[in-house]
Amino acid sequence: MATLQIEGLTHYFGGLRAVYDFNLELQLGELVGVIGPNGAGKTTIFNLVTGVYVPTEGKIVFDGVSLRGMPSHRITSLGVVRTFQTIHLFRDLTVLDNVRIAHYSQCGYGVTGGVMRTPKFRSEERRIVDQSMSLLGIMNLSRYAGSQAKALPYGEQRRLEIARALACRPKILLLDEPAAGMNPGEVVRLMELIQWIRQEFSLTILLIEHQMRVVMGICERIKVLDFGETIAHGSPADIQRDPRVLQAYLGGSLQKGGDGR
Amino acid sequence: MSEFIQQVVNGLQLGSVYTLISLGYTMVYGILRLINFAHGDIFMVGSYAGFFVTSFLLGRVLLPVAVTFVLGMLLTMCLTALLAVSIERVAYRPLRNAPRMSAVITALGIGIFLENFTLATLGPEPRRMPVLIPSTSIRIGGATVSTVQVAIILVSLLLMLLLDAFVTRTMTGIAMRAVSFDRNVALLLGVPTNRIISVTFAIGSAIAGAGGILYGQAYPIIDPYMGIRIGWWSFIAAVVGGIGNIRGAMVGSFILGFLEIFTPVVLPSSTYRDFVAFSLLLLFLVFRPTGILGQPVMKKV
Amino acid sequence: MPERSPKLPLSWILVAMLPLTIILPAFNLVNSYLQQVFMYVGINIILTASLNLINGYMGEFSVGHAAFMAIGAYVSAILTVWVFPKAYGPFVFPLVLVAGGIAAALAGLLVAVPSFRTRGDYLAIVTLAFNMIVKSALENIDAVGGPRGLLGIEKLTSMAWVYVWVVISIYCIRNVVYSNYGRGVLSIREDEIAAELVTVDTRQCKVVAFVIAAFFAGVAGGLFAHLLQFINPRSFALFPKSTEILAMVYLGGVGSIGGSILGATIFTVMLEVLRPLGVWRWVAIPLALVLLMIFRPTGIMGLREWRFLVPETEAIPEASGPAQRGAGGTPGLKEADSHGNPAD
Repeated sequence: MATLQIEGLTHYFGGLRAVYDFNLELQLGELVGVIGPNGAGKTTIFNLVTGVYVPTEGKIVFDGVSLRGMPSHRITSLGVVRTFQTIHLFRDLTVLDNVRIAHYSQCGYGVTGGVMRTPKFRSEERRIVDQSMSLLGIMNLSRYAGSQAKALPYGEQRRLEIARALACRPKILLLDEPAAGMNPGEVVRLMELIQWIRQEFSLTILLIEHQMRVVMGICERIKVLDFGETIAHGSPADIQRDPRVLQAYLGGSLQKGGDGR
Repeated sequence: MSEFIQQVVNGLQLGSVYTLISLGYTMVYGILRLINFAHGDIFMVGSYAGFFVTSFLLGRVLLPVAVTFVLGMLLTMCLTALLAVSIERVAYRPLRNAPRMSAVITALGIGIFLENFTLATLGPEPRRMPVLIPSTSIRIGGATVSTVQVAIILVSLLLMLLLDAFVTRTMTGIAMRAVSFDRNVALLLGVPTNRIISVTFAIGSAIAGAGGILYGQAYPIIDPYMGIRIGWWSFIAAVVGGIGNIRGAMVGSFILGFLEIFTPVVLPSSTYRDFVAFSLLLLFLVFRPTGILGQPVMKKV
Repeated sequence: MPERSPKLPLSWILVAMLPLTIILPAFNLVNSYLQQVFMYVGINIILTASLNLINGYMGEFSVGHAAFMAIGAYVSAILTVWVFPKAYGPFVFPLVLVAGGIAAALAGLLVAVPSFRTRGDYLAIVTLAFNMIVKSALENIDAVGGPRGLLGIEKLTSMAWVYVWVVISIYCIRNVVYSNYGRGVLSIREDEIAAELVTVDTRQCKVVAFVIAAFFAGVAGGLFAHLLQFINPRSFALFPKSTEILAMVYLGGVGSIGGSILGATIFTVMLEVLRPLGVWRWVAIPLALVLLMIFRPTGIMGLREWRFLVPETEAIPEASGPAQRGAGGTPGLKEADSHGNPAD
């Protein structure tokens, strides 16, 4: 059972409390959303889970293994992969290289093999290229394979980020505002894409989003944060009626199709 | 005991001189995130400027010694500031938005250029700095201390206090700190960043110029390569104290000054001084890269 | 990307050149001064390409590369002067060079450790301090001559040996660059945190880069020692040695092996050509470097690479259209045109 268990996660930046007592039990195959006003601590949680920071307090357990204090690359190779709020592609490298790099931990040859160009090296390189091209194909990015990542249009860059994340062979995918900067048409297609990759790659997905249409539309469960604390959790319907949530968003309406900001 | 006091005063003197130079490094790093590797050589040129200025004043213009001293200092400081501002304008400003490596390589290049240009035009023979402070001995607690040492320490202290007050109390000083926090935001708020940066270079180098004259009183021999040693030591001091932090530069400089004076006492061979100083630097960089008074930088993801 | 079709396999050309490097000096077809210049060019190519791995491809700022050269020089010199009998010299030369390289590689490992936590300016200072410490340590060890240095080294370096080692080092560095670890090194330059988050073990990559770079710098040091026939700590100081290597890297082009070859060649030759200027040489050269930084900061080659250096495994396969999975292809993408614009 690929579960992610977060207990009592608390994190301080100096004197500033960013996250307080966050708890989550993510079951295999779930699609859970995390919402809240800006600065509520959502991205910090992603950073804590993926090892960018070491939490001040709390436990993070994935598949029975504690992730606390583990270096990020190990956490990611175990299968906990994230995307970023602002695009963090390797801008000067080619699209193909961006995806190839994500195969780093799966590489079957050592430095000596690389220097000597052994048969193992050649077969591994071919395999990595094939797998990368396949992922690019799925994301409809094949024609960009040789182009620099920074030359891609915005929507394509977002898809490349997802392709790169998928190359890491994730079991859990943490998507940080994947719909940021997209127009309504793109958002609809993104929702379809997310649900499709969940199915196709047997993923468990944790999603941070501001656009309520996305959250209410595809999430099975939602957690609401404000100032680092969990103020509500439940199904989309529950959340829409919760007075504390409405309060946190300054009385805004949370009908499906509205913008939660 | 008197020996100890003697060494303490020596340490204070050395630390004072290092401070005057390390302030330049730290100020420029604070405002541009640039390690101005040419600074030590700017100090060297400042010393030469001081040599020519004071030689001229003493030879042609007959004034009381104290006036010559002050006038000499002021003129040297102006000349050094002029040099630094010109370098900034010509070599550093075009690289303001270039990758940092380019700027640092340029700084290295300017430094080497200054050394060899001085060598090529003025020759390798060392010059002797004219005496501006009559050297008499004062007895403190059984130790013999010279007026030169006292003068160096006091004048340096004065300059440090003036700088500290300038940075914390004047508008320009506040603008300098704003620009070092976030140059683009300061620009948006109406701070004339280019001018502030030039002022920073000017002040940092003027102080180094003053250091050049003072240093020349204690160690009268000046040559084109003197900037290298002093420059590196002051640089280490700035980093140890926390580069970008003015008070840190002062702390680091005195630590290094005392280290240099007292290491030969512990390790008899003087060639170990380099080794100890750089090892200290390395230790700091590995365990506390932001220095004694620096603040750890948080990265936002 | 179009397929490369070399007229002649590169390896054949390289092998064919080797006899030239033996014949030319043996029959004095080239005067000894030119031979020397050739060897210095070769040594500098190795130094520049190795530093480029750290500064160019990995985007770090290692300033004291001469330290690794020093270690290789001294270790190899000690071995030929004191350990092996003189007669064995020419036979143990490659071994001695490798030994120097390994010693330097260990030092590279040492320097890699601070690079885990510090970057940019701070790493520059670390490597600078390391350079000074090595120089200062050598000055204090009287057994190897202290500040006066080591004298009486056999002239075992020849055009042929330099040529062989240039080919080996370029081959190895290029292979590392175009491998999994090379890509990891590149990703560190681009975005270190993002690299960690896509499974790249950045510590491992840093170790690989520093160790390999240091190894070849050490080999270059050994070649240098057995050419000059004497070495002292001042030969490997921050100025001029480390600064020269930095200049060659940035002159030729950061992140380009071809650039390293060009930069090293042009710089070394220029240094020789300007010799009559005396001390004015070192006024003109830094000035030229500053101008270069202002007007062409990426160097002569920039980030581009010579085609014949890029291996076949880098060729991008023909895209066979979006991979169709199930009916209608990937949901969410079927109506997207090449600009990602909605079809509605």
